[in-house]
Amino acid sequence: MLRAHEITVRYGRRTVLDRVSFDLPPGQVVGLGGPSGCGKSTLARVLAMMLRPAGGALSVDGAQVRGWRQRAPRELRTRVALLYQQPRLAVDPKLRLREIIAEPLAAMGRPDESRVGALAAEVGLTGDLLTRRPHEVSDGQLQRACLARALTLDPGYLICDEMTTMLDASTQAYLVAVVNAYRDRTGAGVLAISHDEVLLDRWADTRAELTGAGSPPGMPSPSPAPL
Amino acid sequence: MTTELAQVKVRRKGVWAAAITLGVLALAVLVVPPIVQLDQQLVDLRSAGLAPSLAHPLGTDEMGRDVLLRSLYGLRVSFMVGLVAALVSMVIGGLIGLAAGSLGGLPDRLLMRVVDGFSALPHLLLGIFIVAMFAPSPYAVIVSVGVTHWTTAARIVRSEVLSLRERPFVEAAVSGGASRARVVRRHLLPHLAPHLLLATVLMVPHAIWHETALSFLGLGLPPHLASLGNMINDGQRSLLSGDWWSSFAPGLFILVPTLAVSVLTQHWRDRLNPRTRSELSL
Repeated sequence: MLRAHEITVRYGRRTVLDRVSFDLPPGQVVGLGGPSGCGKSTLARVLAMMLRPAGGALSVDGAQVRGWRQRAPRELRTRVALLYQQPRLAVDPKLRLREIIAEPLAAMGRPDESRVGALAAEVGLTGDLLTRRPHEVSDGQLQRACLARALTLDPGYLICDEMTTMLDASTQAYLVAVVNAYRDRTGAGVLAISHDEVLLDRWADTRAELTGAGSPPGMPSPSPAPL
Repeated sequence: MTTELAQVKVRRKGVWAAAITLGVLALAVLVVPPIVQLDQQLVDLRSAGLAPSLAHPLGTDEMGRDVLLRSLYGLRVSFMVGLVAALVSMVIGGLIGLAAGSLGGLPDRLLMRVVDGFSALPHLLLGIFIVAMFAPSPYAVIVSVGVTHWTTAARIVRSEVLSLRERPFVEAAVSGGASRARVVRRHLLPHLAPHLLLATVLMVPHAIWHETALSFLGLGLPPHLASLGNMINDGQRSLLSGDWWSSFAPGLFILVPTLAVSVLTQHWRDRLNPRTRSELSL
């Protein structure tokens, strides 16, 4: 279980997340919706251990997270993979697609070309695309590479932060199918963050809503319901 | 649009002129001394103080030595000293900036206070203090310039690292298990390299000016060595007797490459900036 307890995040004086609690159980797809600016991406970064919250606690399969970013133990931070909304910003423009997918394996000191090839095939990337750099492929192809990279280390939890927003319907459906297949195969928990109600209705097993700490005064700021 | 196009064309011509000037000078500095095989140290008092002529295009100095030949030798020495000093300052500054930016927190604050402290000192005076501790030699000048000019590189590298480390692709690498060292090697250095290279090239003429200043003050290179600073220092004695060329030529050999490097690096900087890059390709 990926468990966030009373997470508070502030950017300067502005409170973006105010004591938000959230559970992501293994094997389930949880859909997270909410208006723009309510803190969905911020919550995603906290869950991926990439942003240290001002308050609250995070645990991964019972192990308490005590460090953030590089200070988080490697085995803990690679348990949670994050897929970004804009693939173009999420890849190093100097690397080729093959290197992008292979990056986590290389970082862990166990390069495996056959695994990279298998993952590329799984997300629908052909061999010739793997030799190209990000500016030579489309957003959809780049997001496929990002998904392959996210799955490289078999994460226990996958956080998809509006990963299909910029993509056409067929690529969207393809990527969701890949994520579902991965979930079915490994029992990973998936957090699907999106504005797309139709997509979340079809994809998510359960739904949560984040209205944000930045709601107008007097309005409640409910946390996603514990699952 | 037409005016913009005309401006781009003029700028492009300026860049070509600067590149050709620098290329000719580099070729002269590299090729002339080994090919000409003239002793630029040879004293010939019968030819002392000759005005520019076909035999001596930039005249002779008070010892009868050819000013053009000595200027080329001087530029060669000054360029080598300037280049190594610029590299030393970039390595020191680059490492400190990289450490400050990538470690963040307390190490960043401590390192940047050291940078502030160094920046607060007048660097020419500090350079004089350092060079005065050694016997006059190219190494003393390199240490003096290198140790006093790393703060700019440290600030450039730190600010770039701070910007890069917040980019999603660096975050994705960290999330994928990359260590601090791997992030630096794989993702930060390749993006920093063009900026560091630009700063190094910009630093070379600045280092040459410092070498010249130190040599002019008699603290830099040994007096017998043909360096631009030594030549200007020697030439100032001849100025009162009307021999303007002994100082003019080495002065020109400092000014021209400096301006050429400045034009080229400005163009390079524009190419690194995506907004101006699109304007350049009009």
